[in-house]
Parts: sequence; structure tokens; C-alpha cells
Amino acid sequence: MSPSPSMARPADGPGARRSRAGTLHAWLPKLVLAPSVAISLFFVYGFMLWTFILSLTNSRMLPSYEFVGFAQYARLMTNDRWWVASSNLVVFGGLFVAICLVLGLLLAILLDQRIRQEGALRTVYLYPMALSFIVTGVVWKWLLNPGLGIQAMVRGWGFEEFRFDWLVDPDMAVYTLVIAAVWQASGFVMALFLAGLRGIDDSILKAAQLDGASLPRVYWRVVIPCLRPVVFSAVMILSHIAIKSFDLVVALTGGGPGYATDLPATFMYTHAFTRAQVGLGSASAMLMLGGVLAILIPYLYSELRSRRHG
Amino acid sequence: MVSFDKTTLALTTSLAAAVTFSSVQAAEVEVLHWWTSGGEARAANVLKELMEAEGYGWEDFAVAGGGGETAMTVLKSRAMSGNPPSAAQIKGPEIQEWGELGLLGELDEVAEAEGWDELLPPTVADVMRYDGSYVAVPVNVHRVNWLWANPEVLDEAGVEMPTTLDELFEAGEAIREAGYIPLAHGGQAWQDATVFESVLLATGGTEFYQQALVDLDEEALGGETMVEALETFKRLRELMDDDMSGRDWNIATSMVIEGDAGMQLMGDWAKGEFTAAGLTAGEDYLCAAAPGTQDAFTFNIDSLAMFRVEGEEREAQQALARLALEPTFQEAFNLAKGSIPARPDLDMSEFDQCARQSLEDFQHTADAGGLVPSMAHGMAVRADVQGAIFDVVTNYFNSRDMAAEEAAERMVNAAQAAL
Amino acid sequence: MDNVIRRRTLGARAARVTLYAALLLAALFYLLPLAVMLITSVKPLAEITPGTLLALPQEPTLAPWTKAWGEACTGMRCEGVGVYFFNSIAIVVPAVLISTLIGALNGYALTKWRFKGSELLFALMLFGCFIPFQVVLLPMAQTLGWLGLSSSRAGLILVHVIFGVAFTTLFFRNFYVAVPTELVSAAKLDGAGFFRIFWRILLPVSAPIIVVSVIWQFTQIWNDFLFGVAFSGHDTQPVTVALNNLVNTSTGAKEYNVDMAAAMIAALPTLVVYVLAGKYFVRGLTAGSVKG
Repeated sequence: MSPSPSMARPADGPGARRSRAGTLHAWLPKLVLAPSVAISLFFVYGFMLWTFILSLTNSRMLPSYEFVGFAQYARLMTNDRWWVASSNLVVFGGLFVAICLVLGLLLAILLDQRIRQEGALRTVYLYPMALSFIVTGVVWKWLLNPGLGIQAMVRGWGFEEFRFDWLVDPDMAVYTLVIAAVWQASGFVMALFLAGLRGIDDSILKAAQLDGASLPRVYWRVVIPCLRPVVFSAVMILSHIAIKSFDLVVALTGGGPGYATDLPATFMYTHAFTRAQVGLGSASAMLMLGGVLAILIPYLYSELRSRRHG
Repeated sequence: MVSFDKTTLALTTSLAAAVTFSSVQAAEVEVLHWWTSGGEARAANVLKELMEAEGYGWEDFAVAGGGGETAMTVLKSRAMSGNPPSAAQIKGPEIQEWGELGLLGELDEVAEAEGWDELLPPTVADVMRYDGSYVAVPVNVHRVNWLWANPEVLDEAGVEMPTTLDELFEAGEAIREAGYIPLAHGGQAWQDATVFESVLLATGGTEFYQQALVDLDEEALGGETMVEALETFKRLRELMDDDMSGRDWNIATSMVIEGDAGMQLMGDWAKGEFTAAGLTAGEDYLCAAAPGTQDAFTFNIDSLAMFRVEGEEREAQQALARLALEPTFQEAFNLAKGSIPARPDLDMSEFDQCARQSLEDFQHTADAGGLVPSMAHGMAVRADVQGAIFDVVTNYFNSRDMAAEEAAERMVNAAQAAL
Repeated sequence: MDNVIRRRTLGARAARVTLYAALLLAALFYLLPLAVMLITSVKPLAEITPGTLLALPQEPTLAPWTKAWGEACTGMRCEGVGVYFFNSIAIVVPAVLISTLIGALNGYALTKWRFKGSELLFALMLFGCFIPFQVVLLPMAQTLGWLGLSSSRAGLILVHVIFGVAFTTLFFRNFYVAVPTELVSAAKLDGAGFFRIFWRILLPVSAPIIVVSVIWQFTQIWNDFLFGVAFSGHDTQPVTVALNNLVNTSTGAKEYNVDMAAAMIAALPTLVVYVLAGKYFVRGLTAGSVKG
């Protein structure tokens, strides 16, 4: 940070010092941010661009630069497995985010009723977030396996007709992903909501109750609207988890039965890495990113906008 | 000839040992593989010890999971970063793909000195070469079209080892009536494909197999024989249990070992499981060619491909290539793996009757025709076509309502999609 | 808060009972997998049979744990997951510290030194949270090769920092937005510099959000498998890779008890962090990170 020649000599007076400090002040924040922005530009946007370029090539095992236009996208459109994977993401993502929000909010409200042992319960709800699916996938696979897990257990208690075989049912297997993912993330959402509830000004609630509003009504009309920013954070984190659900599928179903529980992330991985179709895999990655953008940008925009005005 | 080879080998071995022991830092090879199960790892350890006896270092890079899928991801990542291992477990047409990328180093000197051209069966040698040069060394030959059975279960059901598909279904019914699961299976794409290719081989014969799954001939892929094979394949589902989805192959094998299930259609690596459980072939468990495929042999050859490296590492790599065909290693490795040695000149007295039959069938089918590459194990077609066929097979097998005709049609598309 | 269900009437008492029942039921749902893991990990192999996942062990044993820690074989190495455990620590600690520090500075610069376009930069960085890691695997490998960092611990740390900064920045930015700007403005008028203000004013109040950021990053990086397997050398593999090798490796009878013990060992650090620091985690979230 050497002073430029045009600047006054150092320590000449308070005015000079302030102006130099001012320049520094103006530049330092940007300098501090610069590495992160550069990293982001290169490693996120640069890689996206690179992936886009690859999606226009017929790269096989490793990247090559023989361009074939949008042929990979065309192939993707006729690929049955891709459509299964995409619609699975919609079903899985939608249910996962919705159930986590509802369950998380419900648990947070229940836990906010001056519960004994609140700390212990909170930890119990929260801990699954600490585990990876490499760790818990095996257990969930057991629990959901009809021959080993819950079904066998309940039948062992004498309910011979009990059925819980979603894991091996091509039409239902995708819901087992939802169960395991909700198990993992809903406690975290609960913590977010609980934090939000604790942050609400008590006087608002008191006022509402003095007006004679019933408890559910107070929550519905007063508390939940206050939690809007929390919902925003939760949706961001949950959709991040949903899109990246890769370990979960690999550990729990391996994409099966057949490829009934394939998700875009596993589709992309399988094609790019085990099937030597880096071009097709890149095309699927671009569509996946496009889908994410299409959902997130309007949401981000409306949320940030409304908050600025609100 | 052989004895002469062995003397020179011993001589060079001791010479190399003398030379390398004197040097302070030993040259190392880094070997990426997925021989991670107990028996396999012990067998691979024999190779490591052979290397160390000659003064070379062995850096073990084992990555388990998904039939090598994870290991392949690591390999690609390493190759992209310009830092591939010295050797990696790569097989079949994939060797050609790596060769085309210019990443493999040739082994011609070793091959010539060791006489690989005479030593290796032509079918095996062809797979190991890229552009005329050896770039990989085979460690074994697996046979995929096997049927395994628990004799006690068969006895109780009053059936013999089935030799045709019809007999398989009859035996299956009898086993079910006796209260067992007829056919142990794991619902993973590659296992579905393994069973499918054996059924297809039994239905259409070697020539049809060759046309459909190796040459990807459209008429064969979409034709009536294919439809028939698909229908038979789907019927096999009735012989399996409901919980098979996602089950690992060795869990299925242990069902046969434990006597919960009667039979399993699986490659001869299943024998590693029977052996590890302390069972004896022919007494405690039975092996036979998959029903209807007695005159055929679907092969699956494991090999170590050598990456292009320089200097000392290359020297160590060449030694690795030489030692991988060493009788001690070939014998130990294949006894553990359940496969047969890649070089047919070894003494087979240590091997069990299944392995001996395998070798006999291998040589017989190599002469008479009937030796075909396994599609399910990446020996027949490239990874993209294989993947597309897997998708069709597993989706059809698990679908409630897809007709065989539609699956056959998709099969044609699968072969085209990858072009 | 006063809006609690009071214990006055019979109806209210019934509601109270229902409340506890619901909470306990939920707790059971969350605890089930952990209970299965724990029970299985102290059972002898012979006791592990279908349909008895929750049966308590007849002869509890710690042998699976010692085996998982130091003896279980993957490939030719029979050293359990213990060694890899320390590899993980060597990767996680620097990666968490660096990404948290950068995130704090970013959040500070973005909120207290706003400039034209700073919001846009934030939005740009935020998007980094959503890029699927599978997509960056190949280009990252190539970049690490260029940097001479492939298969090294430093390379893996770099990767984790790069893809962690988006989240830490988000946390700190949302937290610092809620910190009153008056103090900062006053300090600026007094001529205090960028780092001085950060050090004296922001950092002392940052404890809650540092906890959040550290916990989040620690969990993410500790549990990472994909980067760990793709970018580490054979001697720097993290514990998740070892666990994967262990769980996917079997001959003969699958040693479920050892698998479960290994899984527990691999999960222990994050579990401990959540149990011990969970309170501060929620407190940190309360303190503003979720309010935006």
C-alpha cells in the first residue's frame, strides 16, 4: 500500500491523513472481498462455463473439445432415465422441503411451550444433521428393508399382514428417500424456527392475547408471519440439500429398483464418471443448474425485494 | 521352454534384487484397485510381497464400492490432474479408451522377454493390447455363466442341478414348495444384467449372443429371439424373493451358503465366498454352467493397466507387469478370487473341481467357438452402450407393465444412442 | 413468553400430556437409527439376525469397536479407521478455520462497508452454495493439477475452503446486518481502520455466529466423501473414505457390528460437537443469522 505520488506527504496534517485513510477505507473492503469474488468467479462460474462448453462436445471418458452442438441435449430429451430422474427431483424436493418446513415448525412450536428437558429433546431432534448418509444410509437401508427392518419387526410382534415395503417398490421407493431426508434435516429446520420464535418480541404476543385471540389463532395470524425470514433461510438450506442429495440415493437405494429413484445428481455422476459420457453428463448438469436457477432466482428476488420495502 | 523361462526369470529376479537392494531409495509403484475384500486383498498382497522381495515399494490405493465405480472416479480425477497412479485395475474395452487418450505406457519389452504372445491365450492377449502394444497385464479369467447351488436344499426339494432353462424353472418350483427361496439374487443393475446375459446365451446360443451384445446388431437386438430371452428373464423374477432390491451379490451368495436359498446365477467370484465360509466345492456346494450354456464361456478378465510414467517408477512398473504373471501370484490370487489363471500353463492341482472345469471349458470353447466376452462386466461393449443396456434391462426387470417387445425396441435405441 | 399452555384446567392438563406424547414420539423417530447403530455395534455377530434390530444384546461386547478402530482390513491395510480419523482432523481443522475467517471478513465488508454493487457480489457468491459438487469434480481435478496440489492435503483443504466460503459469508453477512451500524460509523469518524473496527467492535460480539459457522463447516467437511475420495492421496484419505471402504468390503459373513462401530466412530466428532455446542448453535441462530 504505497501512497501514490499525487498524494500529500504523510503526516502533514489531519486533512491529509484523513484523505489517505479515506482512500484506504474505500479500497480495503473491496480488497478483502476480492479473493472470495475471484474464487467464486473462477471456481463456480468458470467451472459452470467449462461444463457448458463440455456439454456441447462429444467428450467421452475425459473432456475433449470436439463440438457437436446441442446434440447431447437432444439425446437427453429422448432419454427415459433422465425424465425419471427429473420428475423424481420434483417429487422428492417438493415433499422434502414442504414436510421439513411443516414438521420443523410444528416441533419448534411444541418445544416452545416451556418444556422440561427442552435441551435434551432439541439435541435429539438436531443430531441427525451431524451425520452423513455414508454413516446412516446403512441403517436406513436395514430399517426400510422389508425382510430385515420395520416390516419384519412389526410382523414379529404378531401383525402378520403388516406391509411396509416401499424400498423395493418401484413406485414408492422415492418416498423412502423423503423419509430419510426428512429425518436428517427436519431437526435443523426446527432449530431455525425455534431460534426465530425466541426472537419474536413478547409484547406483540401479549397484545394479541389480550385481544382475546385463541392460541392457535395467535400463532397463525401473528407468529408465523413474523417467521418469514426464517422460512427463507430454511428454504435456501433445504433446497441446497435436496439438489445435492447424492449420498442419500447412493447409500439408500443405489438409484433402484431399476432406476426408479435416480435423481439428476446421480444421473449426472453415473454418466460422467462410470459410463464415459462426460458430454451427456455435462448437459444434464447444465439443465439441473438451469432448473435450480429458474426456481431460486424469482424466489430470491421477491424475498430480498419485499424485505427491502418491508 | 518353460523351464528355461523360469531359470532366466529366476536369474533376472535375483539380479534385479541385488541391484535394487544396493540403491538407497527404492522405486515405487502406486496401484489403484478395488480388490478390497479379505481374500482378494490377501491375494493382492502376494503381488506386493513379490515386488518388495525385488526391492520395489508398493503404495496401495484401494477404493471399495460399486464394483469399482468409485475407484474409476478417483482414477479419472487423478488422470485429469496429470497425476495418474503407476497402475490401475482397468479391464476390457476401457483399456482401449485409456489408450486412445494416450495415457497408457507400453510393456512390449517385458512382454517380449517373458514371451507373453505364447504364454497368453489369444483372446486374453487381444484385450491387453492397444495399437499393437501390450499396455496391461491380465491377472485372471472369470467365468460369468455359472449356477451355484446348495446341495442340501436341492436334495430336500428332490431335484438335480438343472441343465436347461426349463429344468431351472421346474427345479425352482420344487424348491419353493420345499420352503426355500429358489434363486438368490440382488436387485442391482449389474446383477440383473449378469443373469440376463446368461439367459440370453441359453436362449439364442453363442452366435446370437455375439450378434446382439457384442456386435450390437439391430436385427438381433430387436428380434424375436431377444423378445423370448427377455420374457424368460422376466419369468425368473418369480423364482426370487421380494426383498432383493439393492442387495449386494455376496449377501445373495450367503443366502445360498446358509441354506435360505437354493441357487444363484453369478460369476465365479461367488466361489470366493463359498471358500471363505470353509465350504468344499462338489460337496458343500455345487457349481455348473448356467442352465443351457454348457458349451459357452462368458469371460471377464481382470487386468492391471499401466499408465505412462517415467524413470525409476517405470522400472518398478515393468517389474510389476512381469510379476503379475508370476505363477506364485497367479495361483494365490486365483485361488482366492475363484477365477482361473490368465496363463493356462500352470499346475491346477491346488484348484477345486469348479476351477478345473472352468479351465477345461475355457480351452474347449476357445477352440470350438463359444468363448464370448461378458456384456455385464464391461468386456463386450464400451461403458456408454453397456450403461444404456443396463438401464433397459433393469428397468424392464423391475417394471410391472413393460412388454418384452418394448424392451427389445429400447434395446435397439440403447445401442444407437451411444454411437 | 407467556403464550404457554397453562396447567389450570383438566383440558389444559390433557393438552399438556398430548404435547409431551407428541414430542416423545418425535424423539423416538429421530433416535431410532442411532439406537439401531449403537445396539448393533455392541452385539456379537451371531446375535444379528433379521427382525431383531432393536433387541438388546445378550452378550454385549466392545470387540467390534476395537476392531473397527485399529484392526479391520480394507485392501491390504489392516489398521481400521483410526489412522484415517487423524487424517480427517488434519484436513477439517485448517479448512474450518480459514473458511470461517474469510466468511467473517466478507460478511463484515458486505454489511459495514457497503459499496455500489456489494449486494450483487453477495448474490453472486450465494449461488456458489447451489452448485452440485459432482459438476466441479473434473475441472477441479485439472485445476489442482495445474496448481501442483493434486492428491495432497493442502489441495483438499483448498477445495473445502473454496466451496465453504459461500456459506460462511452468508452466515456472517446475515448476522452483521443486525449489528447496529452506529458504533461502526462512530469508529470510522474517529479514524479507526477497517481491521481495527473488525477486531474491536465486530469480532467481540461474533461468538454466536462463529459457533454456527464452525459447526456447519465442521459437519460439512467432516462428512464429505466425494472430494475426499477424489482429491486425496492414498495416505491422506479422510475417515469417510475409510468407512466407505470398510462398509463395502466383505467376504463371507458381513460384519455388521464392525460396520456400525466404524460408522459410530466416524460420526463421533460431529455428534459430540452437536451435543455439546447444540445449545450455542440455536442461540447463534437466534442471535440473528436467520433474520436476514
